[in-house]
Amino acid sequence: MWTPILTAILIITAIALAAGLLLSIASGRLPGDSDSVIDKVDALLPQTQCAQCGYPGCRPYAEAIVSGEASINLCPPGGNATIQRLAELLGREPEPLADPAATVAAVARIDESRCIGCTHCRNACPVDAITGAHQYMHTVIRSECTGCELCIAPCPVDCISLVFAA
Amino acid sequence: MNSPAATYDLGKLHGGLRLPAEKTVSTSLGIQEVPVPDQLILPIAQHVGEPAHPIVGIGEYVLKGQLIAEAYGSLSAPVHASSSGKIVAIEPWPVSRRYGENAPCIVIECDGDDRAIEPPEDTAPYNTLKPRALRQMILQGGIVGLGGAVFPTGQKLMQATTLPLEYLILNGVECEPYISCDDLLMREQAAEVLGGAQILMHALDISTCYVVIESDKPEAIAAIGEAMAELGDKRIVLKQVPTIYPSGGEDQLVQLVTNLEVPSGGLPTDVGCVVQNVGTSAAIYRWICEGEPLISRVTTVTGPGVRSPMNVIARIGTTIADVIAFAGGYNDEAEQLIIGGPMCGKSVTTDRVPLVKATNCVLVLTEAPVYGNEQPCIRCGECALVCPIQLLPQQLHWYACADDEKKLRSYGLTDCIECGCCDLVCPSHIPLTAAFRNAKVRIQELADEKSRAERARLRYESRNERLASENELRELELDQQKEAARKAGPSAIDEILKRRKRHDEDAE
Repeated sequence: MWTPILTAILIITAIALAAGLLLSIASGRLPGDSDSVIDKVDALLPQTQCAQCGYPGCRPYAEAIVSGEASINLCPPGGNATIQRLAELLGREPEPLADPAATVAAVARIDESRCIGCTHCRNACPVDAITGAHQYMHTVIRSECTGCELCIAPCPVDCISLVFAA
Repeated sequence: MNSPAATYDLGKLHGGLRLPAEKTVSTSLGIQEVPVPDQLILPIAQHVGEPAHPIVGIGEYVLKGQLIAEAYGSLSAPVHASSSGKIVAIEPWPVSRRYGENAPCIVIECDGDDRAIEPPEDTAPYNTLKPRALRQMILQGGIVGLGGAVFPTGQKLMQATTLPLEYLILNGVECEPYISCDDLLMREQAAEVLGGAQILMHALDISTCYVVIESDKPEAIAAIGEAMAELGDKRIVLKQVPTIYPSGGEDQLVQLVTNLEVPSGGLPTDVGCVVQNVGTSAAIYRWICEGEPLISRVTTVTGPGVRSPMNVIARIGTTIADVIAFAGGYNDEAEQLIIGGPMCGKSVTTDRVPLVKATNCVLVLTEAPVYGNEQPCIRCGECALVCPIQLLPQQLHWYACADDEKKLRSYGLTDCIECGCCDLVCPSHIPLTAAFRNAKVRIQELADEKSRAERARLRYESRNERLASENELRELELDQQKEAARKAGPSAIDEILKRRKRHDEDAE
């Protein structure tokens, strides 16, 4: 009388073990789920690398969003459109922008006559859009500048300003 | 003379409209020549693609036909001086184009002599040239599609030859109301048009050419027929198509004549066809056989607001004001100035804009445009019935209002040819075409933004990598120094400190 019950239990245990083994192999082989979500979030961010969200770049902010550490409304350059898209992707409620400062597409411009060649702005640029050598005039590569403003504060002679991106 | 009979056949074209032609007002006179004006304004971007680069300086004296701006980049066309004179400025000037108001122009003050540049002496007949060399030569003539799209012809031919080709189609359809410049050009310059067709066939290595004319132009059909009989070239066939707007669109014409549909996002070359406007063909003939680059064109000056509507041949760079003055000026009812036809043209606010390579019509209307009588869409579906490319304008309008890029793309906004048929039939007077134009710009902007963001991301990542590797190197060096100090032992450090002390005392 016990034999069929035992057989059934054994078979089911075997199936469960096999499935578990398969799943664990698959999870090891396939790329992690959170990574792909981070990629998707990162793709929605404007990539200005401006750090206005409080994280050192767009990728770190994306990681923080996915881990649940940061809210989705911290990105001023992305504005409400980005919040909307993030909300859709992550299934969260859209929130109004935390710091609704007006953001216009702009690029940095160095007043080259006043530049002393200190390299501080060059080192601050997150996308290597400033070129110049020590003690030589620096300039902004307009097409690569994201307008993040990170170069403005380090400049000791205050020769960098934002201009409208033409 | 017995002219070959025009064959009448057509493939199936969806939608379209029969519009009142309004052409006869401007076809009673022949093509009249506008005198060379005192000042010529030549935009450096009269074509699709990169603007040309000026190669002349201010104060320089140029001759008629001289190259003043050369093609720049992979898609561009050069600009030639339309008459002789002095370059007085290179500056922004109001122009008529789809987006924006001003564009850089080269301004020439004409001396009135109209002295032409010496034509090159080694003018070998075109059929002794290799097709490739011939295509290169066409590129240098500054020739662009004169139907209105102004795609550089040389580049069009070069792109075309990468695919197997079967038909050359000369577009003499001219389906938009009011415009009659191609009609008159075919009547008066039929031999040049066919000569250009032969050059094009040689350049493309094609052995069939269809000259396609709408059935409401019997004079043009007769003139081309006679010229064909005289030429006796069996490769050229005359075709007649019914008068339906917009059968003159490139893709529509291919479908009408060959019954092949150009794929979405594709070009006529994908189905083995190359379409050229008849005016372009004549311009190619003049450049290759007579050495005259594209410095003038035939334009229709018409509309109820012009005193004597007519077709004129004017130098590129003549201002619209001069052209209209030549046609008797405005009458008292003139209200609106349009560059191009009533369907695809652009309304401009000043007649200081120059006549450019794209200007096939100058239209003066007596009714001011009406805005604001737009009502909500009632979903009648008329727009979908008339759309020549079988889009769903009412859906597109919906998504354009919602700024839904994905849906706009999947409903084929990028295939819209902006013909204006949906506008015209809409009972709610919704300005659909304008909305689609804006939406196209918008999705282009989004795509640009995306590619910019992608580039920034890559640069950010590569910078982080670089910083990490620099850091690693520095730590490695530090480790090596520590290791060296440890090996030397504490006595070596004492020795260094003593030496240092002695040095300081000496200094004192």
